Amino acid sequence: MTVMTDQQEPEYNYDIVRRFTLATVFWCIVGLLLGVLIASQLAFPDLNIEPYFNFGRLRPVHTSAVIFAFCGNALFATSYYVVQRTCGVRLWNDKLANFTFWGYQLFIVMAATGYILGVNQTKEYAEPEWYADIWLTIVWVSYLLVYLMTCIKRKEPHLYVANWFYLSFIVTVAVVHVANNISIPVDIVGAKSYSAFAGVQSAMIQWWYGHNAVGFFLTSGFLGMMYYFVPKQAERPIYSYRLSIIHFWSLIFIYIWAGPHHLHYTALPDWAQTLGMTFSIMLWMPSWGGMVNGVMTLSGAWHKLREDPILQFMIISLAFYGMATFEGPLMAIRSVNSLSHYTDWTIGHVHSAALGWNGFITFGALYYMVPKLWGQTRMYSTKLISLHLWIATIGIVFYITAMWVSGIMQGLMWRTYDEMGFLQYSFVESVMAMKPFYIIRAMGGGLYLTGALIMTYNIWRTIRGDVNVKEFGSDQTQTQSPQTQGAMA
Amino acid sequence: MSDHQNDNQDQNTDKKEVDAHSGVETTGHEWDGIKELNNPLPRWWLWVFYVCILWSVWYWVVYPAWPVAGGHTKGTGGYTQFKELEDSQNEIVARQKVYLDRFEQASFQEILDDPELYAFAMAGGSAMFKDNCATCHGTGAQGFKGYPNLNDDDWLWGGALSDIHQTIQYGIREDNLDTRLSQMPAFGKEGMLKNTEIEAVVDYVFSLSSQAAGHGGDHDLAKGQTIFAEQCASCHGLDGKGDREFGAPNLTDKIWLYGGDRASVFETVYSARSGMMPAWKDRLDKNTIRQLTIYLHQLGGGEEEREDGQEETVERPVEDIPDATYSE
Repeated sequence: MTVMTDQQEPEYNYDIVRRFTLATVFWCIVGLLLGVLIASQLAFPDLNIEPYFNFGRLRPVHTSAVIFAFCGNALFATSYYVVQRTCGVRLWNDKLANFTFWGYQLFIVMAATGYILGVNQTKEYAEPEWYADIWLTIVWVSYLLVYLMTCIKRKEPHLYVANWFYLSFIVTVAVVHVANNISIPVDIVGAKSYSAFAGVQSAMIQWWYGHNAVGFFLTSGFLGMMYYFVPKQAERPIYSYRLSIIHFWSLIFIYIWAGPHHLHYTALPDWAQTLGMTFSIMLWMPSWGGMVNGVMTLSGAWHKLREDPILQFMIISLAFYGMATFEGPLMAIRSVNSLSHYTDWTIGHVHSAALGWNGFITFGALYYMVPKLWGQTRMYSTKLISLHLWIATIGIVFYITAMWVSGIMQGLMWRTYDEMGFLQYSFVESVMAMKPFYIIRAMGGGLYLTGALIMTYNIWRTIRGDVNVKEFGSDQTQTQSPQTQGAMA
Repeated sequence: MSDHQNDNQDQNTDKKEVDAHSGVETTGHEWDGIKELNNPLPRWWLWVFYVCILWSVWYWVVYPAWPVAGGHTKGTGGYTQFKELEDSQNEIVARQKVYLDRFEQASFQEILDDPELYAFAMAGGSAMFKDNCATCHGTGAQGFKGYPNLNDDDWLWGGALSDIHQTIQYGIREDNLDTRLSQMPAFGKEGMLKNTEIEAVVDYVFSLSSQAAGHGGDHDLAKGQTIFAEQCASCHGLDGKGDREFGAPNLTDKIWLYGGDRASVFETVYSARSGMMPAWKDRLDKNTIRQLTIYLHQLGGGEEEREDGQEETVERPVEDIPDATYSE
């Protein structure tokens, strides 16, 4: 299991990275398929199959499949890859690393089967009941242990910035997960439990969790991904070490305060709303620090952007990241929130981030990693990467513009009074007005899914060791390292 | 982590070099081939960050912000979300106020005669209808199976303003003394008529509106007519034109609340129907109910007020009346 380069590299544990990579692709398709299905259920209610496959039960399956299964496995795969390569040592403890793989997949299955059977503690993004929560805690502490021990045993004098971000993600997710899921099971063989917190305290803790799941799972963790794969693919140094330090510490310090902006105009006291809102505003530049550092890393390599669809994925993802982290603080402003809250605008916002930022940076990382993990020189087809890029980008544009229009329309319809002081529209009229946008949204999701299927095909052919003859000619020789043979076995 | 360092890496930390493209020095660190430039923080980035912080501090001064002993800082602006809600509601109340005092004093007739008050009633009635009534009657008041179309002039309980007002206030088959109450017997279920007798009366009912009796309609109309006269005419009238006193529908107009196919009409005679409508008296304020009354009256089927207690039904030839307009 050695890869020979100029210098002797340690025997990296690529087996575990390969497993998580394949799981990432699998859950990507599952999550997107469910997304297209529930989007279609909203446009065409007849598609709801009671009781197991109605929108209410499938919606958390979709969100969990995308956030925790797809993005989660992507974070595992890339973090295990990055920590080994930037620390210059093999991942600590193969057995525990393997346990994190199977343990995490089991958690996903436990969570999803629960939702379909109606087992759900009704906290958004924290739907799994107590038994799955405890299991995830065990898996997560093992993950932290594997990661931390690898960092501690590193051969490099300093810890690379990507690892700071990955570590902050692992630690903070552990803290908010445990705190938000403190509950008392009704009985030890039953699934039902009651939250230890009630009323507005419960809501506050839920959104402290919910916002930091976004902040640390989908932002901090993925910035870790960005900080490794963008400079590698661009073959340029990181733009500014100082910026990475300042934006890292300001990001993690400020993010943790911003949760109350999910609870504007509720029973949450005014002062807590104000703090949530102002910290969201202050969060703008710390978030953008990552975008600046990523985009500016390309200075000196802009010409590569024309040719290289992998780099295009990464740059577009940073653009969506920048857009979403501007839109987020904007929507956290109390008066803007009074229009946007409870509307499709929120759905558009999270999808511009999830599809654009999390999805695209993951696709970029996968296209970078897969040939290296399976001992190939390149992906099977560069043209298919390009095709994936453009289909998915058009899909996102369809999706988010439909949701912006629909969301703002919804918000305006709900609050429009005529000059005599009567509501202009009823709720059901706003629902009827949304239908065309629901259909456009489902189409956008369908395009994005199509792109991901193209990627799956491309990855499958790459793993098989195929090279597209039309693109690269037939005399391409693939370097088959011993590692590859290990992987194919 | 000095114990991990070896000679080679000690040299690494001193390997600061100048990047050929940008002319900027690196930090001298390298991980898996990745180096870092030592660029300063972008000025614009830093200044926008400062401005965001300053803006937040200003916001904390003006708005309720920090928890302190015994409560929280109140802010200089006197803001609370309850005050914001009150202000925005007051604005709406003020808009309505322009018309409301006069509206409250005016009779239905005075409202109909005053274009401004009439417009006010229609705006309020339309808004309230969509929020409260459209769930059953449809946003266009077109009705659904079991929920009457309110655009036509086929009224079960009367279409004058006072009739509509009464129906909205007290509901149909509701739990109060003034509600609209009637109950057709379940002729089949309760064993009052045999199935063959019901078939015969169904045929006769169809013949009242000159409709084809549908499959199985080969029964003796005379027999049906006799049964109708004995069992049905007391409420629906000998001519089958119904009686609003009992909420008994007109059977001659081809408008069917529960479906005009043979099976539906058979089921109506066999089991009877007893749809209900909530009483709105305690749910909506009286001005809102009056607005709704005028709105519904103006939808298309409103009738003149009776002066002598006699109903003033508009006579229209049967063939002019469209088929049941609900959609299933």
